[in-house]
Amino acid sequence: MSLEVALKHRLGSFALDITFTTKGQVTALFGPSGSGKSSVVAAIAGLWRPREGRIAVAGRVLTDTPKLFVPPEQRRLAVVFQDARLFPHMTVDDNLKFGWRRAAQKAGTAEIAHVIDLLGLGALLARRTRDLSGGEKSRVALGRALLASPDMLLLDEPLAALDATRRGEILPYLERLARDTKLPMLYVSHQVDEVARLADEIVVIQNGRVAAQGPVFELLTDVEQIAGVPPLGAVFDAKVAEHQPDGLWRLTFDGGVLFVPALPQAQGARVRVRLRAEDLMLALEEPRHISANNVLACTIRTVKPVGDHVDVQLLCGGTRLVSRITGASSARLGLAPGQAVYAVVKAVTVAREAG
Amino acid sequence: MWLSLQISAVAVAAALPFAFAMALLLARPRFFGAGIVDAIVHLPLVLPPVAVGYLLLVVFGGRGLIGSWLWDTFGIRFVFSWTGAALASALITFPLQVRAIRLALESTDPGLTAAARTLGAGLWDRLFNITLPLALPGIVSGAITAFAASLGEFGAIITFVSNIPGETQTLPLAIYAALQSPGGEMAAARLCTLSITLALIFVTAGNLAAKRIWR
Repeated sequence: MSLEVALKHRLGSFALDITFTTKGQVTALFGPSGSGKSSVVAAIAGLWRPREGRIAVAGRVLTDTPKLFVPPEQRRLAVVFQDARLFPHMTVDDNLKFGWRRAAQKAGTAEIAHVIDLLGLGALLARRTRDLSGGEKSRVALGRALLASPDMLLLDEPLAALDATRRGEILPYLERLARDTKLPMLYVSHQVDEVARLADEIVVIQNGRVAAQGPVFELLTDVEQIAGVPPLGAVFDAKVAEHQPDGLWRLTFDGGVLFVPALPQAQGARVRVRLRAEDLMLALEEPRHISANNVLACTIRTVKPVGDHVDVQLLCGGTRLVSRITGASSARLGLAPGQAVYAVVKAVTVAREAG
Repeated sequence: MWLSLQISAVAVAAALPFAFAMALLLARPRFFGAGIVDAIVHLPLVLPPVAVGYLLLVVFGGRGLIGSWLWDTFGIRFVFSWTGAALASALITFPLQVRAIRLALESTDPGLTAAARTLGAGLWDRLFNITLPLALPGIVSGAITAFAASLGEFGAIITFVSNIPGETQTLPLAIYAALQSPGGEMAAARLCTLSITLALIFVTAGNLAAKRIWR
């Protein structure tokens, strides 16, 4: 599955000029508010017609100005909007089946049951949409889009209208969705943690242009490319190798091993690991007699000053890591590219089962 | 009284599809001349009803352009018949219906029809399954208001179809006739009370109906 987007449009002083092609299952369209992300989604969905553009999903050309414009109802692209947009005059069940009834290839009973189960909607079916909480509305909107059996799912900041608690409730559903279905998704967000948990591929948009594009593992360590965003750190996939007798679980990844406290995942499962830049300390010699469970041998790729701090890009086996330390520490250690260092990991975040 | 109700009901029902279409056209207008169309729609509301009645007489009268054609081809006659009274009422209350439906349409979220499009709903599908149900409270309240206003229509009816008891004599015309005849005050007062009762019943029913929908 591939998504090709090329569009040019001018709105007053704001110029949109976006070109990208992605083959990832979950592609994140990432950038600050007002950067033009939502316009891109609207153009892909066919709800907005750019002055110049070509859009193709899985090789099927949907927009090719000025001669071709497939209307949104024939695009087979379901959109999950920020404001859910449930139909207020219908029950949850009728909302869920709205797209399903109109789909050329209808999902079977088992599939419907699976989606309802996946999103925990069973108890809500008879309810009126006005009685739902924000999080429930998001889930129904997601289910409605899924049951339309689209070629691709477009998620336009589906969590932005929710508070942190609700967002935390919905994210696991999205993670399960990304893992369980092979449905291609375009996930629009300005929240770097959502992107890190869900995406394979990132397209960074800034001021109406593509600022960067690449696999999530590579791009998120390069905080400098994503200006205005606090450093996120490294994201990579690891395997649950062993439940150790001492209570720790051993994870293996391309670059070494990590020891983490108990996880819900079974042995052999793949998990997505996040190491925040602030949680990585650097040492020139291998530290011993230390409380931290994880020390990784790395090589320095680059040393980049960012304000008062220095971001040190590291390579640990085949995995990119990043450490954010103070300029003073960097000068004291005399860090330079190519140097071998030890990264002391203060905390490991395990996000999801990787696909 | 039944004649009055019948005339009003027919007037409202006949005008409703046109009012809905016009409201669709005028809600979020995107075409040149929408302002002029809007003004023409509102004309019956601001024109003296007698003038509307006179214009109807000119157009739909026995020798009028459309009136003579209708009589010659279908044998349909509006003048001096209750259908003419309904036509006059419909025309006068048309702007009230358009207005109510249009307000309802404008207050619905255009994002909902956009969402329906992405889920595969075509134009008519969206019209009947999204737009129409969402505008239903406005349609009902518009129809009730138009109905109540139609019950009180006087000028256009008396000018167009005259005051014929049993055929075109609606409540207000009957009150007028009663007042014209000596010793008719009691009859007029009774008819007035009836008018007030009817108006109260329908306005209340209308409000309740509009509230009950989608609650």
